[in-house]
Amino acid sequence: MSLDHATVRRIATLARIRVEEAEIPRLQSELNGILGWIAQLNEVDVEGIEPLTGAAHMALKMREDVVPDGGYPEKVLANAPDRSGPFFAVPKVVE
Amino acid sequence: MLTDLTIAQARDGLRRGKFSAEDLTLAHLHAIEALNPRLNAFITVNHAAALGQARAADAALARGEARSLTGIPLAIKDLFCTEGVRTTAGSNILRPFVPPYESTVTAHLLRDGAIFLGKTNMDEFAMGSSNMTSAFGPVENPWKRRQDADAVLVPGGSSGGSAAAVAARLAMGGTGTDTGGSIRQPASFCGIVGIKPTYGRCSRWGVVAFASSLDHPGPFARTVLDCAILLESMAGHDPKDSTSADVPVPDFAATCARGVQGLRIGVPREYRSDGMPVEIEALWQQGVAWLRDAGAEIVDVSLPHTKYGLPTYYIVAPAEASSNLARYDGVRFGLRADGADLRDLYERTRAAGFGAEVQRRVLIGTYVLSAGYYDAYYLRAQRVRALILRDFTEVFASVDALLTPTAPSAAFAQGEKMDDPVQMYLNDVFTVPADLAGVPAISVPAGLDANGLPLGLQVIGKPFDEATVFAVGAALERAAGFDALPALRAGN
Repeated sequence: MSLDHATVRRIATLARIRVEEAEIPRLQSELNGILGWIAQLNEVDVEGIEPLTGAAHMALKMREDVVPDGGYPEKVLANAPDRSGPFFAVPKVVE
Repeated sequence: MLTDLTIAQARDGLRRGKFSAEDLTLAHLHAIEALNPRLNAFITVNHAAALGQARAADAALARGEARSLTGIPLAIKDLFCTEGVRTTAGSNILRPFVPPYESTVTAHLLRDGAIFLGKTNMDEFAMGSSNMTSAFGPVENPWKRRQDADAVLVPGGSSGGSAAAVAARLAMGGTGTDTGGSIRQPASFCGIVGIKPTYGRCSRWGVVAFASSLDHPGPFARTVLDCAILLESMAGHDPKDSTSADVPVPDFAATCARGVQGLRIGVPREYRSDGMPVEIEALWQQGVAWLRDAGAEIVDVSLPHTKYGLPTYYIVAPAEASSNLARYDGVRFGLRADGADLRDLYERTRAAGFGAEVQRRVLIGTYVLSAGYYDAYYLRAQRVRALILRDFTEVFASVDALLTPTAPSAAFAQGEKMDDPVQMYLNDVFTVPADLAGVPAISVPAGLDANGLPLGLQVIGKPFDEATVFAVGAALERAAGFDALPALRAGN
């Protein structure tokens, strides 16, 4: 599977990364190089093998459904690029 | 010199009052002042805070309340959130970020009295094997080629700053994270020890996420025993990380003296790669001989899916990264680039804030998770990952640990392997399988190549059996008697 120009553009949009037109050929070539190399996984017989989602050698623990932490809005907002009172501020979204 | 001491020796000297924690910290801060402008191992140096911690350590020592790391100066990878100290992950997008909280691993080190000299340089978001992707410039490896002493070599990556700092005696030990080899490969390139513990042994809470199912925090030091001392402090169950293992932390330091008598050590034939330098093959055979002489039984074994480790990793890790890095949107923290509307703000922020390698991986990850391609790439990679884990599980039914080289080469020069991303990825061929399987693995410096550069051997163990990994690593260390020193180091 080889990525064409339009697919690279679509992935960049999905990933919310602005990519200039002039950069697309380079990205296309790099991404296709990586995907071409990854394609060797198609040699492996994975019939009947359950996918492994993680490396944790144990079952995940259950915990009480309670709020264990929080209640410090100033700390949460301390790194905000822009704020308005106790809120994060962004450019106008709704006209 | 104080900067040449091991952590175990310094701990002893502090308790006997031979020198103070302030003396020890100042010696390291002076070394950083002298060498960091060249090595670029630290992004941030905590001069005043470190001295404050040192005075507190001296007061604790005077009261007889020393803990396992009281007064020991460390380097912290800039991926660990440190309260009130800027944490960048080597990225422009986090350049302004000052965490309002402390990661669990660094909180454990502080609890045990450690002193934080500063935050170390790294590949951006831990994505790299050379430290060349850092937004804060590359790190210089303190080792030099005999034949080509002017060449500036890479320290490996992604934890290259911590590895270079420990090798050059700017710190007694340090923290790193290993997602595909980012502790063990730089340890090998810099002639020091680094261990990636079992997945779940060290909490990931407060560690800037790259690939959550693969990220393993762990220590660097100049001896196996020092790594054991550090890991014992860093490890432990943390309810704030749902994958943190609720298992007891053994006395790792004690296991270093255990020896290998009667252990069965597997030598996996698939790690003998084409084009591997003869010196690495020879060092591996030497390692086998050392362990046999020390009383271990050597067994040829097979891990048939080894060659699929890297391509599996380059689907799973970017997929998880594309999801984890979605949080960098210019709204709640980090860099913001102005945009015409919210979407434009997101896209411009991420274009300006992420470097080329991070963008490539986010794009690959987005693609392999996208509708229509998920089964062909991501699901298939997860199935191959299951086969890689099965290889380890089967082989560990008959051996106690595995011995392999750590990396397929010694440190290379800055600028090499930069033209083709896949060439850089191949550096992690021997380290990636242990990340995918979550099993513990250590790199121990074992010899030099013809150019005088250090080479590491890797010991891989069973899940939660770091004790055996330390025992085998320490046996290799004793047999190798590695005492070569990097050209650039404190006091030289």
